[in-house]
Amino acid sequence: MLKVIIALISGILFGAGMIISGMVSPTKVIGFLNITGNWDPSLAFVMGGALAVFTPFYHLLIKKRSHAINGEKFSCTSNTKIDGQLISGAAIFGAGWGVAGFCPGPAMASLAGGSLTIFIFILSMLAGIIFAKQYLQGRLPLPFMGQRKKTCTI
Amino acid sequence: MENFTPWSALAGGALLGLSASLLMLFAGKIAGISGIIGGLLTPQKGEFKWRLAFAVGMVISLFILIPFAIELPELVNQPPVYIVIAGILVGFGTRLANGCTSGHGIIGMGRFSKRSVVATCVFMTVAAFVVLLRQQFGAL
Repeated sequence: MLKVIIALISGILFGAGMIISGMVSPTKVIGFLNITGNWDPSLAFVMGGALAVFTPFYHLLIKKRSHAINGEKFSCTSNTKIDGQLISGAAIFGAGWGVAGFCPGPAMASLAGGSLTIFIFILSMLAGIIFAKQYLQGRLPLPFMGQRKKTCTI
Repeated sequence: MENFTPWSALAGGALLGLSASLLMLFAGKIAGISGIIGGLLTPQKGEFKWRLAFAVGMVISLFILIPFAIELPELVNQPPVYIVIAGILVGFGTRLANGCTSGHGIIGMGRFSKRSVVATCVFMTVAAFVVLLRQQFGAL
């Protein structure tokens, strides 16, 4: 139960952070990515602000614990392999992010605004997630990717 | 630089960091949005309710901010086909890379995970390159 309440509170804080920071504005996202044009560095401050809170919190309070406060193990991955799947996935995500200026967090935080664009984006993203799961299970042949991974950890 | 908004960006970013910190300290979970949404599509025992609660929290956060006169920005009209392509690429790519701007960019970077540093550099670079192409050629 604690887990669900904490998740709800964290979700609200996360959504509020996305809206207040300006990440929900594709114009601002594109302005940040447009480094050779009229560059708007604001979004570097979003990541800076998030890291300024999370990094010390993690290294001072979380890292030395063996379990979370509710008794569960930390679900951090121990995978340290930098492989083709990580690189190609990040590149594909980056391409999508650059095309429309939306990434998953801001899209979710904007959903309640009732915009059709956001709705279409989220539906397409869900389709992309399903394709990826099929692909990672070897059921979707994409020869140009050159990979057939059997496992899919969330 | 006329649209530069460092203070609201910092404040919002701090909230993202606080959210990720609380979720990990209290529940041991990673506030990675692509992972949370992906997990909702393939429910696993003990992993569904918290993900749903987080997603609901994200969606209702807007209603909590509206009384403070904070609103969503007007969206610039983009051709729907761009939105569909972008969504599919974002969904597919984040599941392959096992994370997006939140999971890799905040939590992984904060943990000094090499994978996340590499992933963040790659998606930032590719996204900036796509924007550059769109600026140069008007469309893509």
